[in-house]
Order: sequence, then C-alpha cells, then structure tokens
Amino acid sequence: MFKRNNNHLNQLESESIYIIREAMSDFENPVMLYSIGKDSSVMLHLAKKAFYPGRIPFPLLHIDTGWKFKEMYLFRDRIVKSSKINLIIHSNKKGKLLGLNPFLHSIDKYTDVMKTEGLKDAINKYQFDSAFGGARRDEEKSRSKERIYSFRDSFNQWNPKKQRPELWWNYNGQINKGENIRVFPLSNWTEIDIWQYIFLENIEIVSLYFADMRPVLNRKGMLLMINDNRINIQPDEIIEKKMVRFRTLGCWPLTSAVESKAVSLMEIIEEILVTKKSERTGRAIDYDHKNSMEFKKKKGYF
Amino acid sequence: MNTIISKKEKFKNWLNIQQKKTLLKLLTCGSVDDGKSTLIGRLLHDTQQIYDDQLTLLKDDSKRHGTQGDVIDFALLVDGLHDEREQGITIDVAYRYFSTNKRKFIVADTPGHKQYTCNMVTGASTCEASILLVDVTKGLLEQTYRHSFISILLGIKYLIVAVNKMDLVNYKEKIFIDIKNKFLDFAKQFNNDLKIFFVPISALVGENIVFKNNFMPWYNGHTLLKILETINIKNTENLKEMRFPVQYINRPNSEFRGYSGTLVSGDVYVGQKVKILPININSFISRIVVFNEDIQKSESGQSITIVLKDEIDISRGDLFVNFDSPLKPCQEAIVDVVWMSENNLFKGQAFYVKSSNKKTRVRIKEILYKIEINTLTPNNTDSLSLNSIGRIKVEFNELMMFDSYKKNRITGSMIFIDLLSNLTVGAGMIVENISNKKNMFSEHQQSFEKDLYSLIRQYFPHWKIR
Repeated sequence: MFKRNNNHLNQLESESIYIIREAMSDFENPVMLYSIGKDSSVMLHLAKKAFYPGRIPFPLLHIDTGWKFKEMYLFRDRIVKSSKINLIIHSNKKGKLLGLNPFLHSIDKYTDVMKTEGLKDAINKYQFDSAFGGARRDEEKSRSKERIYSFRDSFNQWNPKKQRPELWWNYNGQINKGENIRVFPLSNWTEIDIWQYIFLENIEIVSLYFADMRPVLNRKGMLLMINDNRINIQPDEIIEKKMVRFRTLGCWPLTSAVESKAVSLMEIIEEILVTKKSERTGRAIDYDHKNSMEFKKKKGYF
Repeated sequence: MNTIISKKEKFKNWLNIQQKKTLLKLLTCGSVDDGKSTLIGRLLHDTQQIYDDQLTLLKDDSKRHGTQGDVIDFALLVDGLHDEREQGITIDVAYRYFSTNKRKFIVADTPGHKQYTCNMVTGASTCEASILLVDVTKGLLEQTYRHSFISILLGIKYLIVAVNKMDLVNYKEKIFIDIKNKFLDFAKQFNNDLKIFFVPISALVGENIVFKNNFMPWYNGHTLLKILETINIKNTENLKEMRFPVQYINRPNSEFRGYSGTLVSGDVYVGQKVKILPININSFISRIVVFNEDIQKSESGQSITIVLKDEIDISRGDLFVNFDSPLKPCQEAIVDVVWMSENNLFKGQAFYVKSSNKKTRVRIKEILYKIEINTLTPNNTDSLSLNSIGRIKVEFNELMMFDSYKKNRITGSMIFIDLLSNLTVGAGMIVENISNKKNMFSEHQQSFEKDLYSLIRQYFPHWKIR
C-alpha cells in the first residue's frame, strides 16, 4: 500500500506516519515513550511529520532510571524545549527508596523495578490508553513476533500466544478501561534504515553515538564509560582514555562502548556496514538469561 | 586528501544504490516440519545478515536445543519464543529482514500448524509473494493446498513452490516433476493472473537458495534468491482511480483545516475536482501539504494532508474519489471471510467492523457457504468455525465505500471485532457491493444543498456553518 517511487525508505516513512496518525485517531490518551536514543529521535521526527503543520498532539514520556548518561539528559531537555513538546519525566520512587543500583543489584531486578515498574506506574498514573515505542522487529528474537499494535492487559502484560491477528494495515485498537496498546511505528525498520534516514533527514542525535576520547574501563569484555562518580571501581581495574562510541544507549553502567574512529554519520554508516557485531551486543540487559527479553515483555517491559 | 574524497565518493555511490532499492514483502508457508525456519535461517546466513555474536549464540543454542545433531540448526535463528524452542515449532508470525544489492526483503515466517491459520492470514495480508515449502518426501499435503488457497484469496500474485529436502531423495528430477505437475493441476482452477515458480532446494545443505552447487544439473532455472530479486513489484492496488480515505482531521488553528491520510491509489494534484463520499459533495483540492512544504501532486502510497477549497463537514473514514467516479456507497455487501474466533459465526450476529479508517457495526445477514479446503468446493452451512473460510452477506450500520478486494486490497478489506471481547475475530474481503438506491442523494439535491450552504455562509457567517 505504501509503495512509492520504488524506494524502500519512502515506503517505510509513509507506513510509520500512517501508523502514528491511526493510533492518534484510535485512542483517547496516547503518549510517546522517549528514550533519547537514535530510534526515539527518528520516531519523534516522524511524529512531527505526521501532524505538520500542527504540533504533536500528545506528550512524550521519559522513564528516568537516574542512571542515564549526562549527555542524554542535556540533549533531552534541549530537544524538548526547541520542539515545544510536553515532556513527562517519570521515575519509579520505589526503586529510589530501595536505593537500587545497577552495580549492586542484579540487572534483572534493576530493570524490573526501574524500567518495567516505572513504565507501568506512569501508565496507571496518567491513564494512558496507548504508548508509542521505538522498538524494531530486527533487534531481538522475541521482538520479531511483535505486532504493530501490541495489546497489554490490565496488568500491562504481553501474551505472545494470544496476540490479535493483524490484517493489512487495519489495526484493532479496541480495549477496555485499564488495558492499553503499545504501538510500534518503527517495526519494519532495520538498523541501517534508521542510520540512513538520520543522514538523509538531518536528524539530531546524542553526541555519544560519535567517536571521541572518553574515559573507559574494561570489565568482563565490556567497555564501561565512566559517566559520574557512582562507579564501583575494583582494585585491579584501570580507567584509560580511549577513542570510543556507542551503538546503542541506555543506563551507563549497563551499556558498553565500542572502540571506533567514526566521528561523522558517514563514518558510522560505513562502520555498521562492515561491522561483525549485532547492535544489541552492547546491552547487558539482553544477555541476562535465555529469552530474557520475552520474559521482560510478558511482565510489561516495553 | 585524495583518500578522503574517494571515501566520500564511495559513500555517495553506496547511498545511491540504497536509494534505488525496492522492498519486497513475502511470506513463507507450508506444513509442519518441512523446514521453513531452516530455509529462512539459511537465507539470512547465506546473504551474510548474521553477525558473529549471533552466530556464536546460535552455535551454543544448536548444541542445547538443536534438532540437527552437530550441524548448526538454522531454525533456532528464527524461533525466538521460549515455547517454540521447547517444542521445536513456530507459534506466531516472525518478521525477518535481509537485503541484497537489488532489494530489501521483509519475510513473514508463518506457522505451519492448522491451529495457527489466522497467523498465516496475518502474514499474507501485507505480502506480495508467497514461498510455499513442500517436503519432497511427503509431497503435497492438505496444508499446502490450504496455504496456497489462502495466499491466492488474500491477493498474492506470485507463488514460489520450493520443493525442499531434495538431498533426501538423491536430488532425483522425477519426484520434483511429479510434485510440480500435481500442483499445476490444482492451480488450474484459479483463473487469475497468478505467476507460479518451481524450484528444487535443500535448505539444510543450502542448494539453490542463494548458491548453486549443481547437485541438480537437470534444473536450469534460477535460485530462490534470484527469483525473489527479479519478481516485478508493482503497487498492489491495481486500481487507477483515486482513493483517499480520510484518516485524521488536522486542525491546529482556525486558519488551517487539513485532511490527513495515505493515498491508497491513483494520483492527486492541486486544482483537481474531487468527490467526497458518502456525503456525495464535490470540491477542489487547494493544497497538498507534506512536512515543511506544499507539493503540487502526489502519487499513491504517500502519506499526505489535503486542503479543500470549500468548507465541508468531513469526518474520519470519509473517502475522496475522482468527481466522476462511479463508486457508490452501500449498506450491504457479499464478503469472503476467514473466521478466527473459537466462537462460531452464525447468522444474525453483530460485530464492530473496521475498514479504511472507518469503524462501524455490522450484522451477518446470511452465511452463503463454507469452502471445503481439500476440494475447494462450496458447502452449505449454518455456521463458520475457527480457521474456516466462507462467503457471507452482511449489512452495515451506515453507508460504506468499498471496492472489490480483487481491485483494491485496502478499500476492499475489513476486520471484524467482537463486541464484548474486543478481539479481532475475522478477516473480510469484498466480493461485491449491494448498492442501496434509497440512500443516494440525487445530483439535483446535491447541488441545491451546496448552493444553500454557500448562501448561508455568505449572509449568516455568525452561524458558523461549514
């Protein structure tokens, strides 16, 4: 339906704009999850396109764990200000009270409380009936089974065996009170599509994606960038300056840098084309245990 | 300095190639255990889409869950859910991505089990080509016919019959030819512009998928990938007429009133005279707005915002067509339906229905027949059960605008939604509209109404009539 000019990016863009407009019409109280990463930046750009000349008619929601990179916070505040969008920042107070810390607690527990519970908490608090997320099907195995409109029951759970059939470009947004739908406009984009689009559309992204001299230490093969003084440095660890960048962004203690000389979008794209490591390898979160992502999603992780 | 320029040049060339890449959506279907997941894993592997870390993980997984002994079990690449690995089957549609220099591919890997037919329909509804996997040792099975029929029913024009596991029959030509002839015999009954390809493969060995090792010198056709790269992709909507369903009313301020949506078929240009259905009022296109600019014309597939010359009361789900379009709104239609609910469909039941951005209610007036899948014959029935396919007559709560599904996949399709559970319970495809004369405005009435509105706007602006 979205075929244009025989060009796949045009087609993807058209499809995403359609999905965003459709969800805006289907739901009463939508929100867009904003994680400050490159996919979020592309999704935000597409939302601007969908409603031009009007403004984006829903708020952005950032689930803040308190452990994001400093650069990400600065970027977030600047973008929100310049785009005149309403931003809701939500942190899970329970986690803060417990003093949850990705260095001390298991990644499982940390993600569960800070991210999953944080998101559920916010959805319940603001009574959102739908939330846009920037997930892509090519990222991880269980995500490849995800619908564009992904139903979550009143406990915010995803049941992969009971997904609604999704036909044509005809999405079913019927829900009862308390239930919600996660909407994934970037479902069919791949990593290289995202980078190409950022390049062609001149979309601003966080500086951490570009290589620079940064203080890192090597922990179990992960290159950890020291972003503030909360690092629990071990006796045998040395911090050294290396030319690194990030392929994916999350909480700094859980996100590994990669050594790279790519300082421009062009060089990043070249690097991705020849690289032999998949995108999420920098994420400790996916490797926690087998099928981890599936279990997180069943519990309500986005 | 020179190296920098050449780097830039190289990048430019790469970007150029990227810009020319088309996108093909295809699905793989067939019966249980005929090697679908293995085939897709093989496609990904042989076109070098798999990264080192994924390969390492795959090797570990193969040792733990593999069904192929010491060989890498490619099926584990695509079977991602916990239960799937436990049972070694595919439960739901998994979408996979790979690309070559010519094309990008999105593969909907659909489940083979009968109980997951609705997942297969889900996959097929957005695809242009279908790979039907046949296990050469088992030949054509009920599921093969079922999946071919569903593919054709859902408007897929390219069928690729991939006869798999040729290594198990010593790559003998005769068995392949027998299967081919049997399938052609079955396909005879579909009198449409179907294109069918046959290719003998071994997903396990990797023969005739991306590479040709010539284990079958008697086969002089293309590899599977070559077939996929050369299929002629056109817009699936083969209707030349303009179809623009209004998706969203864009009203940021009192100055601007735009109708956002995706142009399903035809072209639109500034100054064009259009008709708005079902209210049956004509107007002219004054602007076509995209991000940060206005354009003079738009082609089908583009998501745009249209501004009209006149102020008319238009809502989501209304349809813009050519002013002289013969399309008539209707309240009744004959529909082919794939039933997807555990509760049977009976005459008299009511559902929500969603079609081209419009939601309304529908009542089942009659169940005309059910298709017997194995023989493709229509049988009388008073109900349709889970996974069955039939033809029904329905009545809508309000006027609807449909094309036949054969002409247009978007304006010819609908989903049925259960009033209580909110689940999607059926997929409907329009066979024909039953026009209802008494709901139609006459041309005369229509022009009177238009004049009246413009007079009211002129003399009583404070009434704020649109």
